Amino acid sequence: MSEILVLVDHVDGAVRKTTAELLTLARRLGEPCAVFIGPGIDSARDALKRYGAERVYVLDSSDLSDYLVAPKVEALAQLMASRSPATVLIPSGAEGKEIAGRLAIRTESGLITDAIDVELGEGGLVTRQSVFAGSYTVIANVTRGTPIVTVKPNSVTAEAVEGAAVEEAVDVAVSDAAKTARIVERQPRASSGRPELTEAAIVVSGGRGTAGNFEPVEAFADSLGAAVGASRAAVDSGWYPHSYQVGQTGKTVSPQLYVAAGISGAIQHRAGMQTSKTIVAVNKDSEAPIFELVDFGVVGDLHAILPAATEKINARKG
Amino acid sequence: MKVAVCVKYVPDATAQRTFSSDGTVDRGAVDGLLSELDEYAVEEALKMRDSSDAEVVVVTMGPEAARTAILKSLQMGADAGVHVLDDAIHGSDAVGTSLVLAKALERLEPDVVLCGMASTDGSMSVVPAMLAERMGLPQVTFASEVTVDGTTVRVRRDGDTATETIEANMPLLLSVTDQANEPRYPSFKGIMAAKKKPVETLTLADLGVGVDEVGADAAWTKVIAVEGRPPRSAGTVVTNDGGTGAEQLVGFLAGERFV
Ligand SMILES: Cc1cc2nc3c(=O)[nH]c(=O)nc-3n(C[C@H](O)[C@H](O)[C@H](O)COP(=O)(O)OP(=O)(O)OC[C@H]3O[C@@H](n4cnc5c(N)ncnc54)[C@H](O)[C@@H]3O)c2cc1C
Ligand SMILES: Nc1ncnc2c1ncn2[C@@H]1O[C@H](COP(=O)(O)O)[C@@H](O)[C@H]1O
Repeated sequence: MSEILVLVDHVDGAVRKTTAELLTLARRLGEPCAVFIGPGIDSARDALKRYGAERVYVLDSSDLSDYLVAPKVEALAQLMASRSPATVLIPSGAEGKEIAGRLAIRTESGLITDAIDVELGEGGLVTRQSVFAGSYTVIANVTRGTPIVTVKPNSVTAEAVEGAAVEEAVDVAVSDAAKTARIVERQPRASSGRPELTEAAIVVSGGRGTAGNFEPVEAFADSLGAAVGASRAAVDSGWYPHSYQVGQTGKTVSPQLYVAAGISGAIQHRAGMQTSKTIVAVNKDSEAPIFELVDFGVVGDLHAILPAATEKINARKG
Repeated sequence: MKVAVCVKYVPDATAQRTFSSDGTVDRGAVDGLLSELDEYAVEEALKMRDSSDAEVVVVTMGPEAARTAILKSLQMGADAGVHVLDDAIHGSDAVGTSLVLAKALERLEPDVVLCGMASTDGSMSVVPAMLAERMGLPQVTFASEVTVDGTTVRVRRDGDTATETIEANMPLLLSVTDQANEPRYPSFKGIMAAKKKPVETLTLADLGVGVDEVGADAAWTKVIAVEGRPPRSAGTVVTNDGGTGAEQLVGFLAGERFV
């Protein structure tokens, strides 16, 4: 069976949920093989095995971690040359897409970004993408080289299937040309204690309607075990950090449930959340465009409704 | 110093966007404009000129109407424009786009190539990385803060899991986010001056790019079908009359098994 390379998304060995999802997709297409770049394989091994990696290629060298993107592209290109995979799956996200884009040029391979589904059709790999804020689905395939596909988080449900996880350390040669954009400092983002925004099953976001008070949003999110997001208006006002912004110039989320509180539903905000499975809004303006998208909406003041709902949910949990 | 800025002409995002029968974005159906996210790239270039005498040239690839994007950049203060205009370009993907832009940029021999973080239409966000790959330039992308010190550029990049400081030397490729600066509005003087600024129009032949290297047929991917998503079935919207909103909300969430 052909190898399907999956670039592992991890923070010092803590494997992110998207990797489990990509390994699950890879299993449909061939033999899932994880590519682990950087330090921390000892913490990652079990997760990769649990989600079905048959092989694990470990590429650990400071040359790969101390510079932006380019060295990882060289490493993957070398691995593609030696393993001849049928497909390369990479998590969507700023860096994933950049790696994929450069790899496509370097290996003369077709690139599909932000796929929401990947399957084997008659003529090979077929992908689905959701575009224009979710109003169209594009079905496409790759006509040249080795398909390189970036996949959006939450596109599939990860399935635990034990893999052999045969480990192989791979030596890569990184050229000087790839070592030009130096990472001189790295400050890991402080954890909020909540699920990570892009991988959370539930996201509760607040907008200008919070008037700067995110407490009801956070408390409601916590009652649901959700991540907290924000509109650009809330971020620009300094009410919530930029790394939590949902939308075209922020994060793209696709959770099971998205709750928009005090958010009008501008096209740029929709671009980041419209593929959510279930959408709920609380907004005091019954004409707000967000209500065009919702499965359930409440017209009213979020400062009254969210705390009352939080209390009821917490009471149910006993 | 020379700064080349890649600017894209895009359909207005607030208008209804559609696909043509050939599966490409229908750019005739709605008015277009300079991609708002590329205004940040133009602004960053103008800041470099303000502090170090740089020459700022904007480069666009697109249909006749893409001239609008160049004009707006010139009105903001850019010095000159290059418009790659060729019927064969229609339908190009990021691979084709980056090929053409790389050729157009190489002619300019810039010290800095500046891009926006994404185009507001296609939004693959990969053209800048592809340009760096093709041109062999250091890639310094998604900069939310830029500092120039001689020929060294240092930026803040807010990644998914960490904030990084990246440093590279010119010549390099830089892309900026909407956090990087506050784009200036064209002044009346700027609008008048723009009319006299040089804009060079180039064809693929001028760039030595074959017509078979671009366009939908040369793309390394193929759109098999485009499906309009059925409009979401209208949801239930309730009012908070008598303060029952929270109860109904929790009822809905419980019914959907979220609580
Ligand atoms: C290039 C570009 C990129 C952009 N990128 C993004 C992006 O990534 N993400 C993003 O979000 N935006 C983005 N925007 C901005 C976007 O256009 C909107 O301006 C923004 O989303 C508005 O945020 P908002 O809905 O919180 O505020 P508003 O549009 O002001 O809406 C506030 C809403 O809160 C409601 N409200 C007020 N008080 C209450 C209350 N007490 N209880 C309940 N409801 C209340 C109001 O009825 C209103 O509907 C971008 C814009 C541009 C031009
Ligand atoms: N046709 C084009 N002409 C000029 N610049 C472009 C074009 N397409 C993309 N770019 C540049 O590449 C950036 C990212 O675009 P994209 O990869 O399409 O999201 C944009 O912000 C522009 O700076």
